[in-house]
Amino acid sequence: MNFVSEIKLAAKLENLEMLIQSVTTCAREQGFSDNKLPVIELAVEEAFVNICKYAYHYGEGAVEIRCKLDDDRFIIEIIDWGMPFDITSLPDPDITQDISERKIGGLGVFFIKKMSDDIRYRREDNKNILTLVINSAK
Amino acid sequence: MEINTRKKDNVLVISLKGRLDAVTAPDFDKKLESLLSEGENALIINFSELKYISSAGLRSILASAKQLKANGGRMLLAELRGPVKEVFEISGFYSIFQIFESEADALNQMI
Repeated sequence: MNFVSEIKLAAKLENLEMLIQSVTTCAREQGFSDNKLPVIELAVEEAFVNICKYAYHYGEGAVEIRCKLDDDRFIIEIIDWGMPFDITSLPDPDITQDISERKIGGLGVFFIKKMSDDIRYRREDNKNILTLVINSAK
Repeated sequence: MEINTRKKDNVLVISLKGRLDAVTAPDFDKKLESLLSEGENALIINFSELKYISSAGLRSILASAKQLKANGGRMLLAELRGPVKEVFEISGFYSIFQIFESEADALNQMI
């Protein structure tokens, strides 16, 4: 099944709002209820911010995001042309430590995993392709 | 995002409105930094009108809380709702911070 929405833009934080709007508009059009949108927003923001910060060490690059509904599952593909980076291989942070011990950072990837019902990574033609699957009912 | 501050006795109450995300978190960082450098050491953050928070926002809050704790100060959080409350729960932040149902409860605790 084809993607119903695609957007490609520079991997810069200033594009975050535009990107979130594109994805949430798509989700709404596909019948996702408003109370599910923060889950999608959080997963997409964290994935996009990671790419902005880490994917392109030596200059600028792009991010492409495609969305579609497959039965009751919202599928989001996030593509970049940066360094190979498989977030699914990262360990989860220790979320039981107190304020003094707790490390600053590492939560972004954790949120992507927590918000998604399924997550897949593949490296293809020098691209990182991250697929997030979010069920409509949870 | 809007950041409003007001003083109640020696306690500084910071009310957040809108979205605390990767774009707005740096502004919040700067605000917190300047408040701490002015010597504020009893902070309550009221989240009642905050619609959304991401890891960037949590990072700002944790960084200031660490700094306050190291200097003998305190930070209490109040009125977390909906998606913001969920993000605190998922991240484990709900159990490492002192969180109150209402701003009045947090103020009582501070005095």
